[in-house]
Amino acid sequence: MDNLLWIFVSALLVNNFVLTYFLGLCPFLGVSNSLETSARLGLATTFVMLVTAVCAWLLNTYVLVHAPYLRLISFIVVIASTVQFIEMLIKKLSPALFRAMGIFLPLITTNCAILGLAIFATNRGYGFWEGIIYALGAGIGFTLALVLLAGLREEAELSDVPALLKGTAMNLIIAGILSLAFMGFAGLFSTT
Amino acid sequence: MKQNVSREEFLKGIWRDNPVFAQVLGMCPMLAVTNSAINAVAMGMATFFVLVGSSFLVSTFRHVIPKQVRISCFIIIIATFVTIADYTLLALVPGVHKELGAFIPLIVANCLILGRQEAFASRYPTKLAVMDAMGMASGFLLALFSLGAVREILGDGALFGFKLFGENFEPWVIMILPPGGFLTLGVILLFFNWFKTKKDEFLEDVAAAQRSEG
Amino acid sequence: MNATANTANPSSLRLVLTLAIAGLLSGIAIIGIYETTLPTITANKARELREAVLKVLPGVTQMQALVYRDGELVVVASPDKDEPVIYGGHDDQGAFVGYAVPAAGPGFQDTIALLYGYRPGDRQVVGMEILESRETPGLGDKIYKDADFVAEFSALLVDPEIVAVKKGTKTGDNQVDAITGATISAKAVVRIINEAHTEWSTRYPAPGSEPDLMDTEVESSEAQP
Repeated sequence: MDNLLWIFVSALLVNNFVLTYFLGLCPFLGVSNSLETSARLGLATTFVMLVTAVCAWLLNTYVLVHAPYLRLISFIVVIASTVQFIEMLIKKLSPALFRAMGIFLPLITTNCAILGLAIFATNRGYGFWEGIIYALGAGIGFTLALVLLAGLREEAELSDVPALLKGTAMNLIIAGILSLAFMGFAGLFSTT
Repeated sequence: MKQNVSREEFLKGIWRDNPVFAQVLGMCPMLAVTNSAINAVAMGMATFFVLVGSSFLVSTFRHVIPKQVRISCFIIIIATFVTIADYTLLALVPGVHKELGAFIPLIVANCLILGRQEAFASRYPTKLAVMDAMGMASGFLLALFSLGAVREILGDGALFGFKLFGENFEPWVIMILPPGGFLTLGVILLFFNWFKTKKDEFLEDVAAAQRSEG
Repeated sequence: MNATANTANPSSLRLVLTLAIAGLLSGIAIIGIYETTLPTITANKARELREAVLKVLPGVTQMQALVYRDGELVVVASPDKDEPVIYGGHDDQGAFVGYAVPAAGPGFQDTIALLYGYRPGDRQVVGMEILESRETPGLGDKIYKDADFVAEFSALLVDPEIVAVKKGTKTGDNQVDAITGATISAKAVVRIINEAHTEWSTRYPAPGSEPDLMDTEVESSEAQP
């Protein structure tokens, strides 16, 4: 139990995917200009991460024990096709849910945070539940970082920022400050 | 003329269309592995190998691959090259491989590589595609190296592991930690923007001067 | 064969065939590189492990892998996946010196993985090597960069347990001087060793009856990547 909690908190705050591993930066910088889109993208990513964790666990347990060298290629192919399949399924079953996060699904599949999750979980030898918890922590952490940046960017829109700094440069510097703040979470678990 | 065209394809990737500074692509590995110059260079070389190899294959077989499955084919080709790079690094330089860790397989998800296949290699002849890939990859390598060098010098007082300053140098540790990556790249982009604005202004001045003369 | 017509509207068979051929070629390439590099990678890993074991157990020149099965420590040529392994270290003459035990646990930033040498005869930890850590550079990374701290683990009583104390206040043989500015990382190392020791201490046979050195060296048999 302690272990699961540590995995969750570690993925959520201490080793936040975006702010310490720099994974999923493309959507982080591209989409985070409005709070609502960010929240929806975060939700969709968390969902894909959960699917990924299950896929990675199945592949690792049943296929890749015999052929570890196929890991990378099978991760990509299986994750992409599963997500596509689920996308079709959601479209059929719940148009409302599809409208909320459907358009993001194909985009997310090529996101390095997804592949990173699968690879990190494998490297650390996570089991089924550990993988699920890890995916949950990473997904919520991703959403958190995205929403925080979007909020800050919305504020910055209204301020008087030098023209040179506008755009990616400013976003990166904001992200740097956020990342600095998140460093404060390190050691959260060790003190207990 | 032909020679000029391919040289142009090569050079544009290094400066004008630099994948990192101008197009802001491939950020994940860009920031994650640039905490020292040696890591940055190893990552840059691996990306170079993957990008040039994939572009060569994609461009050579561009008439054979049906449009409907091209993305899947690109990904298979890229993933194969990445796996090769991964195992080669693991065998030859295990120390560097350990430092880069999971970020080598993640080259697959580098939008720069897939982007070049889609936008360039699948449309142009092999020679041009390889030149374009080499240019883009060199530009990426250059960007990785400059970021890695700045962060290592400031954060560790060293370059490629050689100490540059005396004992009294207090390293600015934050620079080799994640926030340093964001901040350094932000400042570099700032300079890039500044340079571009100045250049545009200069070109406009020249054009205006020419107009008034004519 | 009309190439333009083909690209405009290829049959599904052609699509499937293209992907299958691409997959096949990629598979061949991957297996090729894997087979070529595997011996070097295996050798590298075995050498790394061996160097770590020799480092944490001074005087050791030979080692073998041990696992805990059915209530006793047995020598294995190739341990099962997921089975915890420790290493028995022996000197030139083949006499038993001590165990090298891998252990891992949460540190300040991320998991710390380490290997420590333990001599059951003296009930002492005789060496410690950090295998993996992402501790803060300049502070937490002193757990392996600070030679003084690493040296704390060269003669350390495990009874009643190892304790990390504030730097300079060390009084007993079971105490470790923590690192100024990296107390949490230092305490994490101590905690990881304590936990691993609690787990393994009941499994060791009585001093003097440790498993004898087998002929098979561990490195030649550990073929898993």
